[in-house]
Amino acid sequence: MNIHEHQAKELLKSYGAPVAAGVAIFSVDEAEAAARSLPGPLYVVKSQIHAGGRGKGKFKELGPDAKGGVRLAKTIEDVVAFSKEMLGNTLVTKQTGDAGKQVNRLYIEDGADIARELYTSLLVDRTTGRVSFVISTEGGMDIEAVAHDTPEKIVAVDIDPTAGVTEANIAEIVATLELDGDAKTDAAKLFPILYKAFTETDMSLLEVNPLIVMTDGHLRVLDAKVSFDNNAAFRHEELKALRDLSEEDAKEIEASKFDLAYVALDGNIGCMVNGAGLAMSTMDIIKLYGAEPANFLDVGGGASKEKVTAAFKIITADPAVKGILVNIFGGIMRCDVIAEGVIAAVKEVGLQVPLVVRLEGTNVKEGKAILENSGLNVISADDLDDAAQKIVKAVQG
Amino acid sequence: MSILVNRDTKVLVQGLTGKTGTFHTEQALAYYGTKMVGGVNPKKAGETWTSGVDGSASLPVYATVAEGKERTGANASVIYVPPPGAAAAIEEAIDAEIPLIVCITEGVPVLDMVRVKAKLVGSKSRLIGPNCPGVLTPEECKIGIMPGSIFSKGSVGIVSRSGTLTYEAVFQTTNEGLGQTTAVGIGGDPVKGTEFIDMLEMFLADEATKSIIMIGEIGGSAEEDAAQFLIDEARRGRRKPMAGFIAGLTAPAGRTMGHAGAVISGGKGGAEDKIAAMEAAGIRVSKSPARIGRTLAEVLKG
Repeated sequence: MNIHEHQAKELLKSYGAPVAAGVAIFSVDEAEAAARSLPGPLYVVKSQIHAGGRGKGKFKELGPDAKGGVRLAKTIEDVVAFSKEMLGNTLVTKQTGDAGKQVNRLYIEDGADIARELYTSLLVDRTTGRVSFVISTEGGMDIEAVAHDTPEKIVAVDIDPTAGVTEANIAEIVATLELDGDAKTDAAKLFPILYKAFTETDMSLLEVNPLIVMTDGHLRVLDAKVSFDNNAAFRHEELKALRDLSEEDAKEIEASKFDLAYVALDGNIGCMVNGAGLAMSTMDIIKLYGAEPANFLDVGGGASKEKVTAAFKIITADPAVKGILVNIFGGIMRCDVIAEGVIAAVKEVGLQVPLVVRLEGTNVKEGKAILENSGLNVISADDLDDAAQKIVKAVQG
Repeated sequence: MSILVNRDTKVLVQGLTGKTGTFHTEQALAYYGTKMVGGVNPKKAGETWTSGVDGSASLPVYATVAEGKERTGANASVIYVPPPGAAAAIEEAIDAEIPLIVCITEGVPVLDMVRVKAKLVGSKSRLIGPNCPGVLTPEECKIGIMPGSIFSKGSVGIVSRSGTLTYEAVFQTTNEGLGQTTAVGIGGDPVKGTEFIDMLEMFLADEATKSIIMIGEIGGSAEEDAAQFLIDEARRGRRKPMAGFIAGLTAPAGRTMGHAGAVISGGKGGAEDKIAAMEAAGIRVSKSPARIGRTLAEVLKG
C-alpha cells in the first residue's frame, strides 16, 4: 500500500524525524487558512498523488507553459491562486502514464532554505536479505539516473537485524553524505529513527529525496515516499485509514475484496489464470502472438467457485476486453471447479466476447466435460500455445 | 538419486491439524507413501490426527517441533501455518535443528523473513520457501502441494520461483519422456531461504540429474547471480544441459505481479536482462511457457 507524502511525513514526525510544518487541504476554501497557520514567508504547494516526478509534471487542463505539480509561493495570495489551478486537475508525470492522475489534495508546507540536497532510502535488499539504507550525495534528482550515470555515488549500508543501526553504520552514512556539525549530530538521531519507523510499521520502501541540509546546518526531510508491505497489513490496523481508494483502479479494488491478485493493463484480452508465474506467462504469450493482455489475474491456488465467478465478472466488466483467455493448470485447483465457476459467471453476466479455455491437471476430463455440456460457446484449447493462438485469432479476426 | 528429499525423508507437519495441512498430508501419504511422521500443535499435543479420506491413516500430534523430532527421528518439516505465525514456526524448526524446512505459507511479512534469514546463518537448517509449492522426488517423497500425478521418475532437475510454472515444466518433461529427479519450488517472495544457486549446485552434483530446467521471473537479480554461478562452474568443467524460462516480459514496471517478489523496481529486475544473462550462461531460454520441455529435449538432441 502506498500513502501520500503528507501522511508519510506525519508518520515520520511521530517518530521524531525533522519535517517542515504543513497542512493537507482538500478544497480551495482551506488554502488561505492553511497558509496563514504557517510561519512563511515562503510556502510550497505540493500535489498529493501516488506518483513521482510531480515537480516536472504538467497539468492536462492547463497550458504547456503553466507551472508543474510542486510550486513555490511567496505570498498567501499565490498559495490560493495555485490551489485553484491545481486542485481537481490532472497531473501527468513520467510515472503516471499519459492518463495522468487527478489531484484531489494538496500539501501546503513551510518553505526551507536549502544548502545541500541528499538522497536516502530504506528498502529490503533481496540479495543480502537485510534492510538497507541506500544513500547518495546526489539528492533532489531522479535517483535512477544517478544510478545509471554515476553508480559510484550510490552507497548501500546494510543493517544487521539483530543489532539495529550501529554507530559504525552511522559513521559510514555520515562520511558518505559528507555531513558535519549540526547535520552530523542530527544524522545520529535521524537514521535510527528512520529505521525504527520502517521496521515497526512494516514498510517496504521509505524514500527521502531530498533529505536536505538547511542553511542553518540542520537536516530536514523535504520529501517522503512510503509503501507498506501488504503481507503485514494484518498487524497494522492503525494504518488502514491511510489508504486512499481514489488512487487505485476500481477493478483492482473490487479484486482485492475477493483476495484476487489483479493488475489492470492496456490491452484487450482478459486473462484468468492460477498462479502468479503462469499468469505473467499468459500475458507474455499473448504478446508473443501479437496481441496485448488487458490484465494480470491470479485466482490463487485454492480458489472457490465464488472466487472464480467474481474474477470472471471483473474481467468482463472491462469495456476494453474483446476476448477472454482462461488458463488453468490445476494442482490444488480442480479443473471442474474452474469450469463450474466460469459457467456460473457466464450465466449471470452473459458472454459477449470469445472465450478460450485451456484446462490441464487435476480433474481435467471432468472440467472439459462440464464446459462441453454447458451449451456455451467456449473454444477449447489443448495447451497454452494453442490457447494463445486461438484467442488472438478470435480477437483480431 | 535426487536432491533434498528421498525415500528416507521423514516429515513433520507444522500446521497439520488445519484444513490445508490435513488435505496436503493426505495427498502426501497417498503419494508413494511419503513418510509423514507426525504433526505439531501445542494446543492439540497428545491427540491423534486422523485422515479424512478413509480414516485409515493417523499421525501423532506433538507440542513442539523438538519433541516431534526426538520421538520420530524426523529430518524434515513442512509448514502450513498461516502468515502471522509462519516465521515463528520456521524459527522453532531452526531451533530444533531440523535439516530441511519447507514453508508453503504465502503472505509472510518480508521483515519477518529478514529476521528468519539472519537466524538461518550458521544454523543446521536449510529453508525452502516461503510462498512455494514444495519439493518432490518422483515415486519417493512429496513435501508440499505439487500434484503428484504429473511427475515421472527421470533425469531432469527442475528449480523454479513459480508454482504453476513448475507444474508446466514437470508435465512437459513427463510428456517428452524425460521425467524428473527432483522438482524444487523455491518460492515467489523477495527474501527466502534458498536461492537458485544452492539448488543448481545440488543438481550439478547429483549423478542422476542429467539436465536442468530453471524457471525465473521478474524482480531481483537471483537469475543473474545464478547465471554467473553457472559460468564460473562451467570454467571449472562442471556443466549440464539446461533450458529455462522467465515470466513477466510484459509486466509493467513498479507493479507487484501476484508474487511479493515479482516486481520491477528502480529499473532493475526486468525479464530481458535475466533472459540475456541466462543465455550468456548457456541456458536455452524458451520464449513460450508451453515449450519449456520441448526446448530441453531439443538441447539434449544437440
